[in-house]
Amino acid sequence: MSTLAQKKGFGAVLWDYLTTVDHKKIAILYLIAGGFFFLLGGLEAMFIRIQLAVPNNDFVSAGLYNEILTMHGTTMIFLAAMPLIFAFMNAVMPLQIGARDVAFPFLNSLGFWLFFFGGVFLNLSWFLGGAPDAGWTSYASLSLASEGHGIDFYALGLQISGAGTLIGGINFLVTIINMRAPGMTYMRMPMFTWATFVTSALILFAFPALTVGLFLLVFDRMFGSNFFDASMGGNTIIWEHFFWIFGHPEVYILVLPAFGIFSEIFSIFSRKRLFGYSSMVFATVLIGFLGFMVWAHHMFTTGMGPIANAIFAVATMAIAVPTGIKIFNWLFTMWGGSITFTTPMLWAVAFIPSFVAGGVTGVMLASAAQDYQYHDSYFVVAHFHYVIVGGVVFALFAGAHLYWPKMFGTMLNELLGKITFVLFFIGFHLTFFIQHFLGLWGMPRRIFTFLPGQGLETANMVSTVGAFFMAAAVIIMLINIVITSVKNEKVGNDPWGDGRTLEWAIPSPPPFYNFKQLPLVRGLDAYWLEKMEGKKGMSPAEPLGDIHMPNNSFIPFVISFGLFVAAFGAMYRADHSWGIPVLIVGLLITLGSMFIRSVKDDHGFHIHKEDLEDNNDKGVKA
Amino acid sequence: MKRLAKWRLFSLFAMMALVLSACTGEPYLSTLKPAGEVAQTQFDLMVLSTAIMVGVIAVVVVIFFIVVFKFRRKDDRIPKQVEGSHKLEIIWTVIPILLLLILAVPTVSATFKLADVSEMEKKNEEGKTDALVVNVRANLYWWEFEYPNQEIITGQELVVPTDEKVYFNLIASDVKHSFWIPAVGGKLDTNTDNVNKFWLKFDGEKAAEADNYFYGKCAELCGPSHALMDFKVNAVPRDQFDQWVTAMQDVKEPQQAETDLAQAGQEVFNNSCIGCHAVTPANTAPEAARLAPNLTNFGDRDRIAGILDHTEEDLKNWLRDPETYKPGNKMTGTYGELTEEQLDALSEYLMGLKVLE
Repeated sequence: MSTLAQKKGFGAVLWDYLTTVDHKKIAILYLIAGGFFFLLGGLEAMFIRIQLAVPNNDFVSAGLYNEILTMHGTTMIFLAAMPLIFAFMNAVMPLQIGARDVAFPFLNSLGFWLFFFGGVFLNLSWFLGGAPDAGWTSYASLSLASEGHGIDFYALGLQISGAGTLIGGINFLVTIINMRAPGMTYMRMPMFTWATFVTSALILFAFPALTVGLFLLVFDRMFGSNFFDASMGGNTIIWEHFFWIFGHPEVYILVLPAFGIFSEIFSIFSRKRLFGYSSMVFATVLIGFLGFMVWAHHMFTTGMGPIANAIFAVATMAIAVPTGIKIFNWLFTMWGGSITFTTPMLWAVAFIPSFVAGGVTGVMLASAAQDYQYHDSYFVVAHFHYVIVGGVVFALFAGAHLYWPKMFGTMLNELLGKITFVLFFIGFHLTFFIQHFLGLWGMPRRIFTFLPGQGLETANMVSTVGAFFMAAAVIIMLINIVITSVKNEKVGNDPWGDGRTLEWAIPSPPPFYNFKQLPLVRGLDAYWLEKMEGKKGMSPAEPLGDIHMPNNSFIPFVISFGLFVAAFGAMYRADHSWGIPVLIVGLLITLGSMFIRSVKDDHGFHIHKEDLEDNNDKGVKA
Repeated sequence: MKRLAKWRLFSLFAMMALVLSACTGEPYLSTLKPAGEVAQTQFDLMVLSTAIMVGVIAVVVVIFFIVVFKFRRKDDRIPKQVEGSHKLEIIWTVIPILLLLILAVPTVSATFKLADVSEMEKKNEEGKTDALVVNVRANLYWWEFEYPNQEIITGQELVVPTDEKVYFNLIASDVKHSFWIPAVGGKLDTNTDNVNKFWLKFDGEKAAEADNYFYGKCAELCGPSHALMDFKVNAVPRDQFDQWVTAMQDVKEPQQAETDLAQAGQEVFNNSCIGCHAVTPANTAPEAARLAPNLTNFGDRDRIAGILDHTEEDLKNWLRDPETYKPGNKMTGTYGELTEEQLDALSEYLMGLKVLE
């Protein structure tokens, strides 16, 4: 196995990516797939805003609108935000802890392909009789009443991609627990790694609730059970609990890594260590913990009674405290620092007021008695877009600019990056700020149109105009990516000049084995410490030796493909006679490839010491 | 000093009131023009929490701008690496906790107050409640309002007396909906599984400002026409309400049409519509058989199907093709094609279904 750079044909590159188990390449796969779904979800968002630009609009029909709004939410949460976050976790976290890969490279690949096939399955619904139309929450009475196969696509697609996410989360947990470089204690881990750690724990506990809920839904819809049918003794409220026991931690699964990315950015571009690192870690863990205690605040109007409502109200408010700690810690990280406003830093700085706005409306929503007015109105729509766009999407843009050189070895254009930022920032606030008021003026969410004469015209038009700014920003970002890729000007280890953590101590992109010798970590911000002592790089913690690496494998792709096939069989079982055979064939593909994986020994391979000595850091390519 | 603080607080509230009054929406729809005790309680909480939150935002913004302007990179120096500050960290942990307590206490107390429906349990000798109770049944895409004590049923337009507590039993008959009258107080889901209970109070003066009609909405996604599942609330003084109840109760038999045209219309109605739509208020049919809004007082109402203007032309349009106006509704295709003559007759008859002069 040669490690020398070779020009490879398209087919070889494609095969390489289909079989890769390298966390850096899987990160790129996540980035591409997540980016694609982000564009898709964005397109759906534009349709929504165009439809609501004027009253009584008929740009899309009522039924189609419900499909679009459902797919917008589902796509953005499950197929865009989560995979994009996974992209950065995969790309950066192993480097930050000084590991050569994740603990289970094979599972990492399996996680990606499960997500990918689940996402493709879900979106094929557009071409196969209609998309799901019961909202991303898919409340049981409506989702059982929904005709066609839309909801089946939702349940099966999310089941498959959810399994991928769960596998990914477990993988990250094991990696962080076991594979930290010598000297990298828990309290020396970079904030983004901490966020990945807590997020993975949340995934571990939150996704099973979704899995159970989806299974029951699948059984109700496809196999004749009555878990959620009230007239048959079932209960629809149970679905709401299942969904939100998963759904609320999901919010933190999205936003904690975003916090992690911003923590890195504030620190790097202020040239200061993170203010109150220990309290930041504590706050992250506390948010993760409290995140499981508050799900029922999504159900204040379900009729749980004042006792449950009051308890969940107070518990929810409590989350504002650790979040507030974080905000102030970020501000004081910058305080006394030496700040440069690079593109990532602009996103990070803009994140603070945007997210605080989303946070305070969160406290208002937490207050049960007033939530009765906000619930299911545009106020809620405004709130969660402030949190998810102002928090998560800002972080994804920031992270893309920050880590682009580490992932691809070249810098995104700063000018275009700043134009993207300005347009998106303006568009974001223009679109969503006014929606608070739309909700307060009495506009319910998820309505396909509104009638004239209710005082909602102007504000809706303003909101639509804002959406076009955001669309323009995304297009400029795409142009930026194309230009950057074509130019492909290579950069060194630490392109931002102020990198603090281990990933900036190695080449961009790193060699496929990451670290020739595992680094010795002597404190928080390990690379920064070495730099301050005038050293060029990390001191090795081990002598140069053979490196054990895993082999590529096509099996994860096949396992996932089998489930993809089986899902079609399960769904069309009732309509077509070929349903059952297809279901069985699909499961056989999956189980057969799992069997092969189990019996076939794959010991990986070794990179020999001599090869490592031949190739100095430069010129080494995966 | 104390007076100064008080004055500051006052001016803060005054400023906020100004800002809020500049954009408060329509009196018949907006939560920011509270027209009843529930909405007022909720509005007061909104103001309190907004005041606290604006305070928090102000602090953050001040620090934010100092940081962003004062600490821009000017030279290549390396700033001091500060680990943290226990004093500061305790401050920004404790102060938010105190602020949240200030909000939590009224929140909890209001939550219990708004859920207090003990009056609904108190039965008098006749086995009825003294309080006015309305059973709301939400359906795709219409609302039924049953007054169990008065033994009358109406649809699409809720009639309530002002300035007294009205208690609601809420349920849905097909999929989950949510019952929301934004200006009067929000909101409670109509589940398919169980009855939810709450109360509202309709303020007389505010009702007058809104021409005695509030807008009601379905707030839970329920299908294609979720957006069009509106209803109207006719809030009138108690004596007018009593008159309405008596007038409704007086309709024992279906009202006989008077003109020839209306009689023809009644015939059409009896052939095509009466299977689903009742025209007597004391509807003894079980819920499952009440498939469509009760039309006893259709002529008195303010809207057709909850959304169209109450004119004969709109009524005919609706009858010709309900699907265009409410996609996915359950009325389309249940009564066959109507000729133009039949439509004229039918609308004449329906518009004549009035209980009030």
